[in-house]
Amino acid sequence: MLTVEKLCAAYGRITVLHDVDLRVETGEIVALVGSNGAGKTTLLRTLSGVQPAASGRILFEGAPIERTTAHARVAQGIAQSPEGRQVFGPLSVEDNLRLGAFRRRSPDRDTLAYVYEMFPVLAEKRRIAAMSLSGGQQQMLAIGRALMAAPKLLLLDEPSLGLAPLLVDQILGAVVKLKAEGITVLLVEQNASAALAIADRGYVLETGRVVLEGRGADLLADPKVKEAYLGL
Amino acid sequence: MAEFLQLVFSGLTVGAVYALVALGFTLIYNASDVINFAQGDFVMIGGMGTVFLAAAGIALPLAALIAIVGAVLVGLLLHRLAIEPARGASPVALIMITIGASIFIKGVAQIVFDKQFHSLPAFSGDAPIAVGGATILPQSLWVLGVALALFVALFLFLEKTLLGKALLATAANRLAARLVGVNVTIILALAFGVSAAIGAIAGVVVTPITLTRYDVGTLFALKGFAAAMVGGMGNPLGAVVGGLLIGLLEAFGAGYISSTYKDAVAFVVILLVLFFMPRGLFGGRSVERV
Ligand SMILES: Nc1ncnc2c1ncn2[C@@H]1O[C@H](COP(=O)(O)OP(=O)(O)OP(=O)(O)O)[C@@H](O)[C@H]1O
Ligand SMILES: [Mg+2]
Repeated sequence: MLTVEKLCAAYGRITVLHDVDLRVETGEIVALVGSNGAGKTTLLRTLSGVQPAASGRILFEGAPIERTTAHARVAQGIAQSPEGRQVFGPLSVEDNLRLGAFRRRSPDRDTLAYVYEMFPVLAEKRRIAAMSLSGGQQQMLAIGRALMAAPKLLLLDEPSLGLAPLLVDQILGAVVKLKAEGITVLLVEQNASAALAIADRGYVLETGRVVLEGRGADLLADPKVKEAYLGL
Repeated sequence: MAEFLQLVFSGLTVGAVYALVALGFTLIYNASDVINFAQGDFVMIGGMGTVFLAAAGIALPLAALIAIVGAVLVGLLLHRLAIEPARGASPVALIMITIGASIFIKGVAQIVFDKQFHSLPAFSGDAPIAVGGATILPQSLWVLGVALALFVALFLFLEKTLLGKALLATAANRLAARLVGVNVTIILALAFGVSAAIGAIAGVVVTPITLTRYDVGTLFALKGFAAAMVGGMGNPLGAVVGGLLIGLLEAFGAGYISSTYKDAVAFVVILLVLFFMPRGLFGGRSVERV
């Protein structure tokens, strides 16, 4: 579904992604783990087109998209729930969700109902301004908003950041459910053990380079990963 | 009492125009953080354009329509040629650009039009209507009615359409707006176009009362800016209240103190607001974005 070849990205003169190669097959959950500042967010931003690629290729369903605008990529089926939630604070929960479907010709009621079913608390708070939601609820809203685009590929940037363990389980449970429903997921997490546990495959990013890749279970068992990311 | 009422009428009439200019500031500021000091020039283009087209023999409604469309084109060009290429520049640099654009528009207007004051015939005659001992001109009712219609239309656009919501979303969080697929460039162009239309319409209806000239935009911009500041930059309701307030203060200042200082009122208000309520009466959103 997604193939990234020799992708580089930079902020000004500082290159933060170096020749990243990465693949996501249809129907997979792929985890991308790495410590602070490794470049995970930059990679997702480049995939969504809100950050230009300095060089390299991004193929989505076989077609190159590295020059495609961000809004066209959403229309093609790539949606992102960004780091730090980034909800539209003053707008209501339901408006946030409806804007998630901005690129769709006919935003169907079914998707909205589906998101509300997945996160019932959003249905309860549909008329409330997004900024008055709790952190966990905002995270659900950010994911729900991305789902409203009916994406083929869902990019999730640290969905468990700052959440209580119970909520982390709920969010990651939702990710597994999405996979069962045929949505392909690229999941960025600092919480490496939780992410790799639900992932089919995983990549480890260090200072902008992919240093390890493999099946989720294998990475979890890898002594280097254990030492560096699982604190074991 | 009659005098007081008279001042209220004239204050509300000019105040409504300031409010419309302030709304233009608000729209563009919300969508882009740019404070567009060419906002007043849209008022001039609406008024002067209508005057000259009408003088060329075109029926007044059609002349007004063409002038408004012309102002919208100027607004879109301003965005496309001056603001968009400077994307990512600091707010101060962008403000300088709009000031430069404003000077440029006035220069072109001097050549295309002329340097004289012009007026338009009042839309429904000049016979004053007596109200509670004071009188009000039919044209004032036009100004107030048109302003009200524009406020309502803008409110419905922002609150009831997905495109309007996309504009509000862009204002709230530009990155997230891009991530849901909003084409932010088009939203900014839309904000410039709509602001230009609002300013030009204000210019058409107010010209029979205040006269117009190639450079009237400067004062409209300063007063509209003061109104937007008073209301808390970025808050549409605040812009309306701020505009009416400045209009009323000006009318009372002219009526009870001296008309010499009329134009100073707006500046005094700006200074007081900046000093005592830096975020305006309605505590507009803070400048930082998360
Ligand atoms: N807007 C920016 N301008 C300049 N440098 C940036 C910017 N954003 C990130 N960086 C730098 O790029 C590098 C990669 O950052 P990035 O946010 O992609 O890392 P990350 O893996 O997502 O980290 P975290 O786990 O903290 O979210 C870091 O060194 C960071 O300091
Ligand atoms: Mg990050």
